[in-house]
Amino acid sequence: MNNNSQSIHIKKDILVRLVEAFFSDDFNANTASIPYKMRPKDAQVPYRCCIYKEREIIKDRIIADLGFAVEPLDESEKLEDFAQMAIERTKIDSEPLTVIEAACKGCVPSRVYVTDLCQGCVARACEKTCKFGAITIEGGRSYIDGSKCKNCGMCISACPYNAIVKLIVPCEQACPVQAISKGENGTAVIDFEKCISCGKCVAACPFGAVNEKSNLIDVLKHIKNGKKVVAMFAPAIAGQFPGSIYQLKAAMIKAGFYDVFEVAQGADVTTRKESKEFIERMKENKPFMTTSCCAGYNSLVKKHLSEIKPFVSDTKTPLYYIAEIVKEKYPDAISVFISPCVAKRVEVSENNNIDYVLNADELGAIFIGRKIEILAMEDCKFECESSKQGRNYGITGGVSSAVNSLIKNNVDTKVYIVNGLNKDSIKQLKKYAKDSYCPEGNLIEVMCCEGGCIGGNSTIANQKTAKNIINKLLDKSEDIK
Amino acid sequence: MDKIEVRICSGTTCFVMGSSFLNELYEIIPARYGDKIAVKPSLCLGQCSKNDKHAKAPYVKIDEEIISEATVEKVLKAIEKRLN
Repeated sequence: MNNNSQSIHIKKDILVRLVEAFFSDDFNANTASIPYKMRPKDAQVPYRCCIYKEREIIKDRIIADLGFAVEPLDESEKLEDFAQMAIERTKIDSEPLTVIEAACKGCVPSRVYVTDLCQGCVARACEKTCKFGAITIEGGRSYIDGSKCKNCGMCISACPYNAIVKLIVPCEQACPVQAISKGENGTAVIDFEKCISCGKCVAACPFGAVNEKSNLIDVLKHIKNGKKVVAMFAPAIAGQFPGSIYQLKAAMIKAGFYDVFEVAQGADVTTRKESKEFIERMKENKPFMTTSCCAGYNSLVKKHLSEIKPFVSDTKTPLYYIAEIVKEKYPDAISVFISPCVAKRVEVSENNNIDYVLNADELGAIFIGRKIEILAMEDCKFECESSKQGRNYGITGGVSSAVNSLIKNNVDTKVYIVNGLNKDSIKQLKKYAKDSYCPEGNLIEVMCCEGGCIGGNSTIANQKTAKNIINKLLDKSEDIK
Repeated sequence: MDKIEVRICSGTTCFVMGSSFLNELYEIIPARYGDKIAVKPSLCLGQCSKNDKHAKAPYVKIDEEIISEATVEKVLKAIEKRLN
């Protein structure tokens, strides 16, 4: 997962400008001027055909950052109006993603392609290996008949010169459930019936064409209006900022949040319940159990893999439990989840105890826009210290090792980790469900993102740094009891 | 020759805009240049506070020279230039 590309840099730049506009004396006008500030008259045109298109794409990104879908719009709408609508809005869209058609390149459709490296050799391994009769030799070199080719890729591995390649469409390639494909215009369209909101297309698109619809303005509006806004940050967020989590809490309070909780505290509830559940299931001779805290995986189960449902833990997610605790303590507060991934937006839309989601980069933009320096903050303690295991939930293997730590010797446990959902691992999970058996183990941790939540598509830090920061925190944390 | 000092900004702006991707430099620089060059993290270098300057983060300072939109490659190139 790449969270450091130039297109992501631009997205963050826009978010910061939006925060600054929000706190300026004229939000609507200053929002509308962002494309012109970023691409002023006579500025270089770094990426697109002309300055007008660059500005248009920036405008569309701002519309998504204001929380609106870009698909239904033409260019006639005014940015000022969207800013005003964002301020007046009381409800947010439940679908978290939107495709910016103007930014989408409309990549060449995915196909197998013979390059100039083809030597027209005598072996003709490509022709022989093709089961569909799609390859012939014409004019001394290999030719693929597109109408017969099934994109199987056998010829690619057969060619002794590596002369055959597969042209890919990055978003389609990244999507584990074939939910994104080319529409009538050749640009990407998301099928929300199929989409599991994993966000892999957001990170995969080199043109940054897939955007999240942000809740940024909704959260800032409540803070500005003096509402009690309480934040809960995911375990992976601890690794996304400099300084300690205690400084992070202080920085968030300075940014206007009324109180801040670690979702790791909720993870401790999940660990306790899920370990008990596992012991019970194994005593009932159930073949295996999968974890249930990953929102991308839960969406997958719901939309594409219902056969595995009986094997998925019934324990709720860490976010569910912490949101319950927050609701009890602050019944009238607005609650915000600080997330490393897109998929949690869907979980939040289905949970009445949570109002909004901010990503790591959106929270980061608030810090930058409000000029809050985390490393300059004094520590601010949490009412409840979370355990080492709970704080480790965001790193692959963390959930299963937490659950396993409380199973002890009650039942035989063999942990297996699905580190990232893709077409292959989904096939694997389907097989476990069909066979009612998993040869690899009985406690199966499923993480949609490779590396766990620190590999989420809305993170800031590279994984190694995030891991180092979190490990430092773990060294100072107590074991779960 | 005085030791060249490389300081990687770990202020909030630089971190959010991608300075964690510069952390490789803490391994690459000592391995490549030994003790000729010192590399260390720095509190906010103050570059981002000017108008729109967050867009040019992350920043790295090599002695008195400021590198904006720093990448591992950019920093190594600037070091080579100084050494030659």
